[in-house]
Amino acid sequence: MFDRLSDGFSGAFRKLSGRGSISEANVREAIDEVRTALLEADVHFDVVNDFCSAVVQDALGREITSSLKPGQEMIGIVHERLVELLGGSPEDGGREPGILHVSPGPTIVMMCGLQGSGKTTTCGKLAAYLKKRGRSVMLCAADLQRPAAVEQLETVAAQVADDAPGSATVSFYCEPDKVAEYGKAIGVAVKVCQHALQRARKDGIDTLILDTAGRLHVNDELMGELSRINRTLSPHQVFLVVDAMTGQDAVNSAKAFHERLEVDGVILTKFDSDTRGGAALSVRTVTGAPIRFIGVGEKMDALEEFYAERMAGRILGMGDVVTLVEKAQEQISEDEALKLQEKMAKGEMSMDDFLAQLRSLRKMGSMKQLLGMLPGVGQALRGADIDEKKFDGIEAMINSMTPAERTSPKRIDNSRRRRIASGAGTRQQQVGQLVKQFDMVSKMSRNMASMSMGDRVRAAKQLSAGGMGGLMPGLEGVPGIRTRGSTKASKGRFKPKRRRK
Amino acid sequence: MALIKSAFSRFRTGLGRTRKGFVFGLRSLLPGRAINDELIRDIERLLIQGDVGVGTTARLIDGIKADHRDGKLSRGEDVLEYLKRELKALWPNDDRELRLAAEGPTVILVTGVNGAGKTTSIAKLCAVLQGRGRSVMLGACDTFRAGAVRQLEVWADRLGVEIVKGQQGGDPAAVAFDACQAAMSRRIDVLILDTAGRLHTQDPLMRQLSKIRSVVARQIEGAPHETLLVLDATAGQNALRQAQQFSDAAEVTGIFLAKLDGTARGGIVIAIKEATSIPVKFVGLGETTDDIEPFDPDAFVEALFAEGD
Ligand SMILES: Nc1nc2c(ncn2[C@@H]2O[C@H](COP(=O)(O)OP(=O)(O)OP(=O)(O)O)[C@@H](O)[C@H]2O)c(=O)[nH]1
Ligand SMILES: Nc1nc2c(ncn2[C@@H]2O[C@H](COP(=O)(O)OP(=O)(O)OP(=O)(O)O)[C@@H](O)[C@H]2O)c(=O)[nH]1
Ligand SMILES: [Mg+2]
Ligand SMILES: [Mg+2]
Repeated sequence: MFDRLSDGFSGAFRKLSGRGSISEANVREAIDEVRTALLEADVHFDVVNDFCSAVVQDALGREITSSLKPGQEMIGIVHERLVELLGGSPEDGGREPGILHVSPGPTIVMMCGLQGSGKTTTCGKLAAYLKKRGRSVMLCAADLQRPAAVEQLETVAAQVADDAPGSATVSFYCEPDKVAEYGKAIGVAVKVCQHALQRARKDGIDTLILDTAGRLHVNDELMGELSRINRTLSPHQVFLVVDAMTGQDAVNSAKAFHERLEVDGVILTKFDSDTRGGAALSVRTVTGAPIRFIGVGEKMDALEEFYAERMAGRILGMGDVVTLVEKAQEQISEDEALKLQEKMAKGEMSMDDFLAQLRSLRKMGSMKQLLGMLPGVGQALRGADIDEKKFDGIEAMINSMTPAERTSPKRIDNSRRRRIASGAGTRQQQVGQLVKQFDMVSKMSRNMASMSMGDRVRAAKQLSAGGMGGLMPGLEGVPGIRTRGSTKASKGRFKPKRRRK
Repeated sequence: MALIKSAFSRFRTGLGRTRKGFVFGLRSLLPGRAINDELIRDIERLLIQGDVGVGTTARLIDGIKADHRDGKLSRGEDVLEYLKRELKALWPNDDRELRLAAEGPTVILVTGVNGAGKTTSIAKLCAVLQGRGRSVMLGACDTFRAGAVRQLEVWADRLGVEIVKGQQGGDPAAVAFDACQAAMSRRIDVLILDTAGRLHTQDPLMRQLSKIRSVVARQIEGAPHETLLVLDATAGQNALRQAQQFSDAAEVTGIFLAKLDGTARGGIVIAIKEATSIPVKFVGLGETTDDIEPFDPDAFVEALFAEGD
C-alpha cells in the first residue's frame, strides 16, 4: 500500500546515493522529494512538515555530509524517524500487544469512528482474535440508527461463533425494539450498553465489545451520545477505527474523537487496498494513541497486529518484503529456499529453478500484486497491465526446452530457438528474449548480495525500465530476500510467521 | 425542480466547513498582501489540506506565478478570483443529469469501495426519482456483506418500493438477471442495483462487476444506462485510482460524492475532474434520503470561496 510513497523515497535516495558525499543542499533537495511523496500519500500537511524538518536536523547533526554512503545513512535516519513516528512495534516493549485484559472482568472495549470506516466488521475480527486466545466475547449492537446495523453485527457474531478457530464463546446482545430512524434514538444506546454490561457480568464474559453507530466528529448530539457511553461504562479500551484510504481530513476527525473520548488505540482498516496510507502517520501523530491493528480484508481473520517497522520499511522503498516472505513460506520449503539461494549466489540458477519459482510465485497471488511488494518495482508497475498470459507463455517455452538447455540456456542457438518456439507455440524472438532476460537476471542475482540498498533499488529500476519487470520475481528470488534484507530487516526483527488464512 | 432550487443553499450548509476552511484562510490571507513566496506557500498549504492533491495544486500555483509574472495578478485578492475561475473551468457543461432510457426500464448500477456509501446513496436516488414520478425497483446484488440485503430492504420498505434479492452468498449476477426480468415484467421505470463494496485492486471482484454489467446489458438494451461510482468525500488521493480503475472495469458514467457533510473539504473532486472525464452527478450530505443534491460546479466553487460568515 505504501508503494508510491516508496517510489518517491527511492527517487530521492537514488539521487543521494549517486553522488558519493553530499552537502546540506543535497539533504534539503532529497527531503523535498520525501515531502512530496508523503503529501501524495495523504499524510497531513503539518505532519509532513514536522517530519521533514526533524529529518533534516537529524541528518545535518550527524554530519551526514562527510559520510561515505550518504544515501544509506539518510535511509537509516528517515526509517528511524518513521518508526518512531508510527509508534514502534509490540516487541519493542513500548506497549502491550493485543487487547488489554482486566480482572475482574468484563473488559470493556468501545469502537468509534466515522461512518463506514469498518467498526462493525472490526468488532467481528476482534471477537475472532479473542476467541482464538480463549477469551469469551459479547458483541453489543449499540448502533440503533443505521438500517440493519443490528442484523449485520448479529450475522458477524454468528459467523465468528460458528467458524472462527478457538473454543471460547461468542455471544451477541441487542435490543431490536430500540432501533429507530436516523436521529430519532440518540442517547438510547447508552441504556442498551448498560444492559449489555449487566448481561456480560452475569454470564461471566471476558470481554464486552460495543459497536457504536458511525458519526461525524462535528455532530454534537451524536458525539455527546458517545461521551455519555464513555462516561457511563468507562470502557477500558476505546478504539478509533479509521479507513486507511482517508485523506487530509483524518487529522480533523481523529483529533475530535480523541478530544472527546481519549482514544486508547487506533485500528486502520482497508489496508488491503493500494492506498499509500498516509492517514496512519497523521492519526498517530495527532492522537498519540498507538496503532493497534490493521484490517486487511473483509473476512473475520483479516486482522493483523501493527508493526511500525514493517510499515516504515514499506515507506522506505524496501517493498513489503515481510509479507512477501510470509507468502513465500507458504509455498516454498526452507530447504528449497536455501538451495536456491546458494545457486543464485553462485550464478548457477537454471531455467528449471526459475520455472519452479515462477510456479510457486503464481500460487501466491497475481503477479501484479506480488511485484508491487518488491522494492522499487511499484513505480514501474503503475498503470502497467501485467498480462498473466505472458507467464503461461514463459512456462510453455521452458517446458519445450531440453534438460541440457534448461541448465545452460547459453547453448540455445538459432535452430534450438526455432524448435522451442514451435513447441511452445510462440515466435523465435520471444525465446531469444527470455534467454536474454534470464541471463541478465542470473547475473544480477549473483551481484545483488554485495549491493547496497541504493544500488539494489537502482538495479531493479534499470531492469524494469528495460521492460524486464516481468522477470522481477526471478531477479529478487523471493527466498533470497530474507538474507539480503535491507537495513533493518536483516537484523532478524521481522520474525517471519505463518500467515493465517 | 425543487431539488435544483435548494441546491445552492444546501451546498452552502453542507460545505460550510469547506468554505470556512478556505475562506477564513484565504480571506485573512489575501487582501492587502503582496504576491510573494510566503503567500504562495500559504495557498499551497490550503489547497493540499483540502485534498486537492499535489499535482493539481502545483498546476494552480504555476498558473498564479505565470500570471503574476505577466502582470495579470498583482494583489492577494486577484489570486482568489483567479482560483475561482480556474476551478470552475474544470467543469465545462458536462452532462450531469441522470441518463434515463427513452423506453423500458432504465438500469442504474451503483459501485464503489467498501463503506463508501453505496446503499445509502441508492436510497437517496430512489427518493429523488420517486419525486420525479418514476417507479423504482431495487436489486440487492450485494450478496456478500453481512446484513447488506437487509439494509437495502429496510430502505425499500421505508420508500415503498419493490426489492429483488437472492441467496446470501449467491451469484450477484444472477440477482441482477432476476431484477432485470422483474423490472421488465412489472414495467418499472428505473431499476437500481446495489453491489458489494470492493476494492479496485481486487481483480476477481472487478471481473465480477464486469460480469454483472454484461448480464444486465444482455437483458435490457442500452443497460446499464448509468453506472455510478460512489466515492467517499473523506477519501484522499486514492479516490483517483478508484475512479480510474472502476471506470476501466465498469465504464463509470457518473460519480456520487458521498459524505460531503463532514469536514473533508471535497477538494478531491477537483483532482478527480482533472484525471478523469467522468462528471460528478450528485453529492451526499447526510444519512437520510433528503441528504442528496445534484452536483453543481458553480455552486460548489462559489460555496468553496464564498464571502460572508
Ligand atoms: N477490504 C476491506 N474491507 C473492509 C475492511 N474492514 C471493513 N471493510 C468493509 O468496509 C465496509 C464497511 O464496514 P462496516 O464494518 O460496516 O463499517 P462501520 O464503520 O460499521 O459502518 P457504519 O456502522 O455504517 O458507520 C464493509 O463492506 C466491510 O466489509 C478491511 O480491512 N478491508
Ligand atoms: N454523514 C454521511 N454519512 C453517510 C453518507 N452516505 C452514507 N453515509 C453513511 O456511511 C455509512 C456507510 O454507508 P453504506 O451506504 O452502508 O455504504 P456502502 O458503500 O453501501 O457500504 P458496503 O456495502 O459495506 O461497501 C453508513 O453509516 C451511512 O449512513 C453521507 O452522505 N453523509
Ligand atoms: Mg457499523
Ligand atoms: Mg452497501
